[in-house]
Amino acid sequence: MPDLTSLIHSAVLYSTPLILAAIGGLYSERSGVVNIGLEGLMITGAFTAAVTTIVTGNPWIGLAAAVVAGVLMAIPHAVASITFKADQVVSGVAINFLALGLSIYLVKYLYDGAGKTPTVPELLHQVPVPLLSDIPVIGPSLFNQFPTTYLAFLVVIVTYIVLYHTSFGMRLRSVGEHPHAAETAGINVIRMRYIAVMISGALAAAGGAGLSIAIGSEFGQTTVSGQGFISLAALIFGKWHPFGVLGAAIFFGFSVSLALIGQIYGWTQVVPSELLSMLPYVLTLLALAGFVGRSEAPAAVGKPYEKGGR
Amino acid sequence: MNLFVRANRQSPLLLAIVSVLLGMVVGAILMLVAGYDPVRAYSALFRTPFTQPFDIGETIRTISPLIMTGLAVAIAFRTGLFNIGAEGQYIIGQLVAIIVALKFSLPPVLHALVALILGGLAGALWALLPGILKATRGVHEVISTIMMNFLAFYLSNYLVRSWLSSGADSTPMIPESASIRWDPLQSIFVNSRIHLGIILALLLALFMYWLLWRTTIGFEFRAVGLNPSASEYAGMSVKRSIIMSMLISGSFAGLAGATEMLGTDEYLTILTFFNGLGFDGIAVALLGGNTPLGVILAAVLFGVLTYGGGTMQFEANVPFEVIRVVFAAIILFVAANVTGWIVERFRRGRKVKENA
Repeated sequence: MPDLTSLIHSAVLYSTPLILAAIGGLYSERSGVVNIGLEGLMITGAFTAAVTTIVTGNPWIGLAAAVVAGVLMAIPHAVASITFKADQVVSGVAINFLALGLSIYLVKYLYDGAGKTPTVPELLHQVPVPLLSDIPVIGPSLFNQFPTTYLAFLVVIVTYIVLYHTSFGMRLRSVGEHPHAAETAGINVIRMRYIAVMISGALAAAGGAGLSIAIGSEFGQTTVSGQGFISLAALIFGKWHPFGVLGAAIFFGFSVSLALIGQIYGWTQVVPSELLSMLPYVLTLLALAGFVGRSEAPAAVGKPYEKGGR
Repeated sequence: MNLFVRANRQSPLLLAIVSVLLGMVVGAILMLVAGYDPVRAYSALFRTPFTQPFDIGETIRTISPLIMTGLAVAIAFRTGLFNIGAEGQYIIGQLVAIIVALKFSLPPVLHALVALILGGLAGALWALLPGILKATRGVHEVISTIMMNFLAFYLSNYLVRSWLSSGADSTPMIPESASIRWDPLQSIFVNSRIHLGIILALLLALFMYWLLWRTTIGFEFRAVGLNPSASEYAGMSVKRSIIMSMLISGSFAGLAGATEMLGTDEYLTILTFFNGLGFDGIAVALLGGNTPLGVILAAVLFGVLTYGGGTMQFEANVPFEVIRVVFAAIILFVAANVTGWIVERFRRGRKVKENA
């Protein structure tokens, strides 16, 4: 039987990539651009982090490279859906195709046709936070984590401040709710949306990096396997609010970790692990249908911006 | 000038051709950067699917489910719905087909028929919930169908592991009576896994054409797709159209899964991830301009690229995934309406000159 500490610890551990990617999605969607491509952006981050770390031997450089690659991969989505006014969902689907295809292509090219990278030699390590990690239960579960986890919590707090207490955040939200009013007020809608989509690429890729150089230690076809979509669900379940998203991501991370811990401790004899894995999706459907508190998207999300239109 | 106005009024065929060519250029650049020979790769890719009868049969087999999932996505698009859930409906179709194949014992032909019909119905059922949520509570179908994809995925794995498998990670083979392979086809194409799915796919394309352009229901679908509020005002039931369109779309994707199970795979394993045929349907529908003929042509192209991509990897040593990148580029170019953009730029340039 695992104790409370290790339960919380693994829930937070597995929620880290989800938090980062979902907050990334929050920037994009709050600016009015749907981002189905989170999965692809995470794949890009996981791939880049793994390969860069293998080459340089330094996981921090791997993480930085992943963030850059995530921004680059988000650009086609921004160009297609903002400048060319393509359907944002279609463009996001294309990003998912592109990221998986490109990363596996490069893996096969770099590693003689292998389907996945070799094991990453040097990973990020779990670092205890001085003092805080000495608190019973909370200390070892929350404050003895990977640096990416601390980064994720920091990102949530910064996002909350940026979104609700800076003029940048106010502009971002206004662009997603009523772009024409925003434009009248002198805000450059196109530029705001570009920035938001690129931030989403950076954060989602950082989340993906955690899967290949912290929690896991390689990149292959199934490294990300749908976590971008769970992040999307966390974004909706968290009602497009940073703290809501944080709560939803931790809860979903908890159900991911339960499915894994359950196998170790034999609970899956009673509750099948597949059933636990279904939980986030069922809850999101219920939330969407309005049974668990109705989830309302930003008003202008999904609509390309036409200057001078209504 | 007139010519440009007309060109700008969008030829879907021109857009498709330009996008495919640009997509292949992207693929070629990617090969060059990695030091592969694109000419050798593409010639291997386009030669092999058509040389041996076996390869032709396998290419047709690759094309058939793409036609069905492409039609599934297209018919929903026509009603203004984005059925990204074709993937999950496909999984449920193949799951129910194998359940019927393994657990029912029926005479040949009837057995396959029942498995196909129930597979199609199961796909429809899987699309029904998102349809109802959309029609009654305004829940965006993209999000709900993505959730349904994962539910299908885990449900399939749960049932295979706990009920259908013979202890291992996969089910036994389906009995002969449930197979939709057909000896005459098999002998023409020398033991390829070609099956009757292609006939069904073409029939479904005909059905879609008849439904959309020859019936009132189809007219309502298209009207709702173009302008839901005007349709409602004209006395059509938007809700009914949404739900019916999702049902038909889901049944097409379910049938794609059922035919693949009963014709190609013949057993089901625990899935490690989505096989992607439903997602490919999105690309097929987009490239095909959401028309039945367009979907067939796009499916042929994607089928040839997919099957040829395998031999390209074998012959020219180029990783198959470059084809997935080509697909992605094609989708982006079609979605961004590149030809419309080029024409627009060109016209604007002329205007500036004329004014000067």
